[in-house]
Amino acid sequence: MDHIVIILLQLAVTIANLALICAGLAIIFGMMRVINFAHGEFLMLGGYAAIVSSRAGVNLWLAMFVVAPTVVGAIGIVLERLVIRHLYGRMIDTMLATWGISLALIGLVTVIFGNTVSGISPPLGSLAVGQYAIGLYELFLVAVVIGLYGGGWLVLRRTSFGLLARGTMQNRVMAAALGVDPGRVYSITFAIGAAVTGLAGALISPITGVVPTIGAAYIAKAFITVISGGTAIIAGALAASTLLGSINTLFSFAFSPVLGEVALLAAAVLLLRLLPQGITGRFFRRSL
Amino acid sequence: MVEIDRRTLMKLGAATAIFGPAYIRNAYAAETIPIAGIHDASGGIDIYGRPMINCLALAVEEINAAGGVLGRKLDLVNYDPQSNMQLYTQYATEAATKQKAAVVFGGILSASREAMRPTLKRFRTLYFYSLLYEGGVCDRNIFCMGSTPAQTLEKFTPFVMKHFNGKKIYTLAADYNYGQITAKWIKKFATENGGDVVATDFFPLDVSDFGPTIRKIQAAKPDIIMSVLVGAAHNSFYRQWVAAGMKDKIPMASTTFGIGNEQVLTSPQEHNGIIVSYAYFDGIDTPENKAFLARYYKRFGEKADGLTEGAAMTYHAVNLWAKAATMAGSVDREKVTAALETGLSFTGPAGKTTIDAATHHDTLDVYIAEVRDGKYKVLQSYAQQPPADTAAFCNLKAHPNDNKQYVIDVKI
Repeated sequence: MDHIVIILLQLAVTIANLALICAGLAIIFGMMRVINFAHGEFLMLGGYAAIVSSRAGVNLWLAMFVVAPTVVGAIGIVLERLVIRHLYGRMIDTMLATWGISLALIGLVTVIFGNTVSGISPPLGSLAVGQYAIGLYELFLVAVVIGLYGGGWLVLRRTSFGLLARGTMQNRVMAAALGVDPGRVYSITFAIGAAVTGLAGALISPITGVVPTIGAAYIAKAFITVISGGTAIIAGALAASTLLGSINTLFSFAFSPVLGEVALLAAAVLLLRLLPQGITGRFFRRSL
Repeated sequence: MVEIDRRTLMKLGAATAIFGPAYIRNAYAAETIPIAGIHDASGGIDIYGRPMINCLALAVEEINAAGGVLGRKLDLVNYDPQSNMQLYTQYATEAATKQKAAVVFGGILSASREAMRPTLKRFRTLYFYSLLYEGGVCDRNIFCMGSTPAQTLEKFTPFVMKHFNGKKIYTLAADYNYGQITAKWIKKFATENGGDVVATDFFPLDVSDFGPTIRKIQAAKPDIIMSVLVGAAHNSFYRQWVAAGMKDKIPMASTTFGIGNEQVLTSPQEHNGIIVSYAYFDGIDTPENKAFLARYYKRFGEKADGLTEGAAMTYHAVNLWAKAATMAGSVDREKVTAALETGLSFTGPAGKTTIDAATHHDTLDVYIAEVRDGKYKVLQSYAQQPPADTAAFCNLKAHPNDNKQYVIDVKI
């Protein structure tokens, strides 16, 4: 019984982790079609923002939920204005440009902080389940992910900005003809994507720690998840996180962590062979 | 009287400007001994390279201050391969052919060593590699200064079992040759000492989610965790372990904790009490090491990069080479190698290191230490451990033309 409870909890934690690291990418790549190779570095910057500010005396929760998204969101706006906005609609070019940005960010952060900024220990303690124990902070992240995706759904569905953003991404020319300023909508959407990524980076930093090169550990998984998810950003990212996260966890439990990683990648390849448009290309088509 | 008009004078001046420096440089080069250092000073693994570069410079400066080798000063050129394997090959070629270095000190990851080794062998340039590694390199042109798994683990495994009073070990290892081979040695020495490795989990280097494994460990209830985890992503394990409330329940030992400055990256709450084993710690309490530390921090400042086994062994390597060249009366590769093969030894910060002629590895002192608040407290030392793992395959005295890295198949 304990075993089943702990596996289910672990499953929720792994899924939430995947959903968290790909949330920002779902907006920037899933919605805006910008192949953001600097996504991992945005996560890294969020982690640094949280750690540096909390060390400077800012309350840890404030550092994670306010400082990190604000800082990375601001960096997002600057990069969008300087580089990305010239490249909308040219996916391969965005890939090259953001790859360059990613290398530059790694270099810059290394120069500023060096290779050794230690992290912060996870707050909250642990929860015992029979002979097992799981970090309460990890379970807290599950709640945050539910809130984040719920909030994202509300913004896209219920606010006028959500409607404008979706409309602009679908048909920029038509949106412009109807009096929307597409440049501004793009800019704000990119900034929100960056801010969400910064928040995610800050939230995972207590459990993974931060070094300038940490982005590489996330980038592939984030892309695999968003691509497997397909066109609907929220339903897609959630469905893909659930599927791939479950496969990874169950294989890790049953066999080994190596097979867990292999199974995740194999499942993604198989999935995209069967459903080239991703999960939401065939199922949940009309969802967000 | 020779008439020199303005044009001739200008030609003469131009010729001097062009050829003069070259002439002067050649004259100067005849007096100094060119040597090369090839370590990453930038890029992802500069954290390993920087203290090694410092120690190389310190050793060279000290030797020069004492009059150089054979009355000639050492002329050190540092190359920075920027954590890029291709540049390693390029710089090894440059050091051997253009700079005509008498000896090359360098290489960090096994991949970088294997990138340079054939190049330096082809260009007949002597090579010293100073980091701990998985063992097995058998090549007469290279001297491997770092410790190999057999040297540390033979004493470390029983020590850990006794220290933590347990027999059931759970091993976590990075999924590449160092982790795979080290995990086998742990199993061998645990079994030989009446213990048992209940499970071994391997992790690709980019895995940062250790949740499922921590649950598996909780179910397996081992007495001791052996960590052979490597790199930034694997640091997550130590945090997640604490977050799950496991830190005080199952003690941990490691053969890799600290090589990537994990003791700085994690908090005292996360690392206090972890036991590690290397051939060098800055906490070694010998007069040689204390004097060395004083010189190191005086030269590079209080904030200089912390010293690792690789850094201390680089210092040993330069001194051993200088000693051998003095003994041979020449910096010629063959003569220096022959001098080193007489079983030359050097006593320095890491204690006494003696070259083993058959393997070109060294017999060295091994230390076991506990991590506490980012520092190492030495608990135990073992004098003069031979490179037994490599010696099982490699005999350069009998087969001087051997030239490969053996994959050591550990018999359990």
